[in-house]
Amino acid sequence: MKCADFLQELTNYLDGVLDDKTKAELENHLSWCHNCYVVCDTTKKTIEIYRDSQLYELPDDLRSRLRSAIMTKCLQQKRRGPQSV
Amino acid sequence: MPALVLERRKKCIALQMGAIQNKVAGPVSEELALVQAAKRGDDSAFEELVRRYDRNVFRIAQHITQNREDAEDVVQEAFLKAYGNLAQFQEQSKFYTWLVRIAVNEALMKLRRRKPERTVSLDEDIKTEDDSLPREIADWSPNPEQQYTQAELREILSKTIQGLPPGFRTVFVLRDVEGLSTEETAAALELSVPAVKSRLLRARLQLRDRLSKYFQKRESGNGKNSDAARGDGKQ
Repeated sequence: MKCADFLQELTNYLDGVLDDKTKAELENHLSWCHNCYVVCDTTKKTIEIYRDSQLYELPDDLRSRLRSAIMTKCLQQKRRGPQSV
Repeated sequence: MPALVLERRKKCIALQMGAIQNKVAGPVSEELALVQAAKRGDDSAFEELVRRYDRNVFRIAQHITQNREDAEDVVQEAFLKAYGNLAQFQEQSKFYTWLVRIAVNEALMKLRRRKPERTVSLDEDIKTEDDSLPREIADWSPNPEQQYTQAELREILSKTIQGLPPGFRTVFVLRDVEGLSTEETAAALELSVPAVKSRLLRARLQLRDRLSKYFQKRESGNGKNSDAARGDGKQ
């Protein structure tokens, strides 16, 4: 496996959907290619950092206000009749 | 490298690089029961669906619009449209996937209104050259996020993802932050599975590349890039 092939398979590898043969070839490549190892490791960390970041969490007070506004508007809409998406 | 060492390193890599585990939403059967009750006119069931997904919709909307007020509007408009069109929801996909599709469309409309001078769509012409190939191969510090305060880290992550085209940003957020499957992401965005995979790879690599300037190992000092932390770095 060459570095370009590794990159093509990187997403499938990180998502755990590679077949056993390709996965073994990729892990063999990672065992000796330091650059690809770093790219794989830091890409995985990138995903984990974003997933665990709690970026753009909805504060409780805003959440409560939004839900109340949504339900009020929904009931108003119900009285008026359906609309299109 | 001796064969035994090579074998050990391979085993170590397999353990370290295990597949990313995604967030799992609540049971589909519960969601369906709520949807069916809401269709019969039970507004408390619809409110429960709002409660279940409002945080997700808000995150998705703010990631796409990069604007809090727009994100608040998107949350309201998406749920309102879902409510008004619930009878048309065929129950062949998850309600959440259908809701995400509505929310993404609303968020993109906000972007278009804010940036009328340029086309904003998931199908916009995204460069297909090797613009995502890794340029910065330097390794990162161990636990790089711990070099920054929570506020600094959020600023870095927010600035970094803002630099991606909306089409990449949206795929990354749905797939990697919200944990939708590739197929669900494709359905929500009305893209093909190969298109989702291609954009996801480019988004992941571009984000990794951009984050490297904050997180890479330093030869000396405390490892913290103070210029980058202040936001002086070029995106």
